[in-house]
Amino acid sequence: MTPLRHHRTTRSEFQKKVLGFFAVGITVVGGFIVFGTAMFMLLHFLIKGLPHISWEFLSQAPRNNNTEGGIFPAIYGTTFLVLTMALLGVPVGTATALYLTEYAKQQSFFAKSVRFAVNTLAGVPSIVFGLFGVGFFIQFVGGGIDSLAGMEGGAVFGHPALIWASATLSILTLPVVIVSVEEALKAVPRELREASLALGATKWQTIWKIVLPNSLTGILTGSILAVGRGAGEVAPIIFVGAVYSLPELPTGVTDQFMHLGYHLFVLATQSPDVDAVAPQQYATTVVLLMLTFGLNFTATIIRSRIRKKRLG
Amino acid sequence: MTPQTSGTNPFRRRKRHIGERIAEFTVRLTASISILMIFLILTFVLREAWGITAFLTETNSDKTEKGVVNEGSKAASSDSSSPDTYGETEEVSPDVPEEYNSDVQETITDSGTVNTTGGDEPESYNPDVTDYSASEENKAEPNISHEKKTLVQNLTSDTWQPVSSEPKFGLMPLILGTAKTTFIAILIGAPLGILAAIYTAFFAPRRLREVMKPVIELLAGFPSVVIGFFCLMLVADFVQITFGVEYRLNAIVGGIGLAIAIVPVIFTITEDSLMSVPKSYREASLALGATEWQTAFKVMLPAALPGVVAAVLLGVGRAFGETMIALMATGNAAVYSASMVEPVRTLAATIGAEMGEVIWGSLHYNILFMLGVLLFLVSFSINALTEFFVKGMLAKKFQGGT
Repeated sequence: MTPLRHHRTTRSEFQKKVLGFFAVGITVVGGFIVFGTAMFMLLHFLIKGLPHISWEFLSQAPRNNNTEGGIFPAIYGTTFLVLTMALLGVPVGTATALYLTEYAKQQSFFAKSVRFAVNTLAGVPSIVFGLFGVGFFIQFVGGGIDSLAGMEGGAVFGHPALIWASATLSILTLPVVIVSVEEALKAVPRELREASLALGATKWQTIWKIVLPNSLTGILTGSILAVGRGAGEVAPIIFVGAVYSLPELPTGVTDQFMHLGYHLFVLATQSPDVDAVAPQQYATTVVLLMLTFGLNFTATIIRSRIRKKRLG
Repeated sequence: MTPQTSGTNPFRRRKRHIGERIAEFTVRLTASISILMIFLILTFVLREAWGITAFLTETNSDKTEKGVVNEGSKAASSDSSSPDTYGETEEVSPDVPEEYNSDVQETITDSGTVNTTGGDEPESYNPDVTDYSASEENKAEPNISHEKKTLVQNLTSDTWQPVSSEPKFGLMPLILGTAKTTFIAILIGAPLGILAAIYTAFFAPRRLREVMKPVIELLAGFPSVVIGFFCLMLVADFVQITFGVEYRLNAIVGGIGLAIAIVPVIFTITEDSLMSVPKSYREASLALGATEWQTAFKVMLPAALPGVVAAVLLGVGRAFGETMIALMATGNAAVYSASMVEPVRTLAATIGAEMGEVIWGSLHYNILFMLGVLLFLVSFSINALTEFFVKGMLAKKFQGGT
């Protein structure tokens, strides 16, 4: 051994090769287990569920203990829910992103706090949002409105309802919107802002007429991602407005609603006859997956276009 | 493209239009909603959990679980020196023991009899019913009947039976259950996620990588109720056939389900931090004669370690608070046992399962919110830890590197 040589390099070439083989080998195994699980889940649900999807399934209400009929009320309820959610959450998320990119001094305490709050919101367990929906939206806000209007507690607003589920979900998905919109705002070239300002436009005029129109697709991406995320969340809405069966479709925001994810949960865990509902379970899963993945896929495509634009 | 900061704001000296001010104010105000929400979540979940304090000095035998008698007892307890178990209150005295300190060393047998062996009991540890308005504080033997337990005793017991003639709110099985499933999930999910990230980042052929990465990230898009369903239908059977376990749904099935949920989280963050290690590190290592795998494991992985730690921490947070998977795949029985193949019940699943049926305002309801506070605080701590500790490490590491 020459003095310059480090003692750890005394392994023979053969040992090195074996070690290398195992080192690379376990990453291959790890990678393929994860990849395989994802593919297997996807294919499993598609193969089992797709054959049971029919027009009848998509357009009718469940019948006969959920073993027949379709899931139309759940599709309707989910759509209603996520659209209301986007209506509430996207403006707030966009404004927050605007603050973070356009107004905030990056090192200021307030800006840092906002960022920390957004990160924290993203990590709060979804069930806690559900509790928050009950404690804040239903009891405090809803009950407050009712008692202000001089009504019995829980008459109109102070009970589980679609509006409160939407509000709860809009807070849950706020970080998703903020991150996407921020990215889109940053993609607007600095020169555009400078040109506008140089021409005498004020800051708000620049934002309103230049920055926002140029990041519209990004805002759209954020909304779609948020909707995709919100559509799949079940835990926060179980006791904030979702019900497992409904005599008729919800007509207003104070009604209760059916939800695809919750419907799947009910089918999977509370069915007396497991075999009879199995087709319905798988078909519901596929519809839910198509909804969330479809939305995610759309958002990804729009996003990659933005990135290309930004680079080019 | 750096955003325009106020430091270079050309409007600083110019007198601004009133509309400008309104716009900026509105944007600022809206931005503060995120901060506000964090406070509101804590405040309002805590507020609903607060009702517990009314029950603290009472035994559960004189209190039906349907919190009808709630109102009267609330007033009664407001002047009593009830120990505050959840902090952040005006009336808490500094020497009052915290709830989970378990200063009271008690052994609770299966029949429910309580033998207090600890000498230092909490001051307001009052095992008697309020009717007696008992002032004897340091009773060695709490009471005649096993039904007469204080809430603190009840909470630290090992039985969770919230809906029964004599409700038992022992949190220990729930905490143990959560710990078990989270542990299994991390045990399975962390290595898989990290290895998969190393593979796609360094070893996978370009074509494969371009298929693999989006598919694994697709896994993150599976709603948790679907993962729960998958575990319920397939993983449960698989585990039962492979290991021949007695219960179809158990801690392992739940842990695998949670692992499926956290793998994409760990994968994505690890991959990101591996890719953000400066290229010069890799080139230097290869130039010195190290092989690809040596570079990956001995240079790139250590360099990206803060990111990997962050990934695992976030995975823990996610597994800890995940509701639907735990609700569907763990069997949901609050069994107090160390066995991995028995059904378990997690904190989050308990809220999800029982919140729908609970009577609003009852003790049970308050306790479910208290579990929510617990979940919030743990996830908040994990997040803060990741934010300050790990990101600081990452920044320091690459300061000279790039």
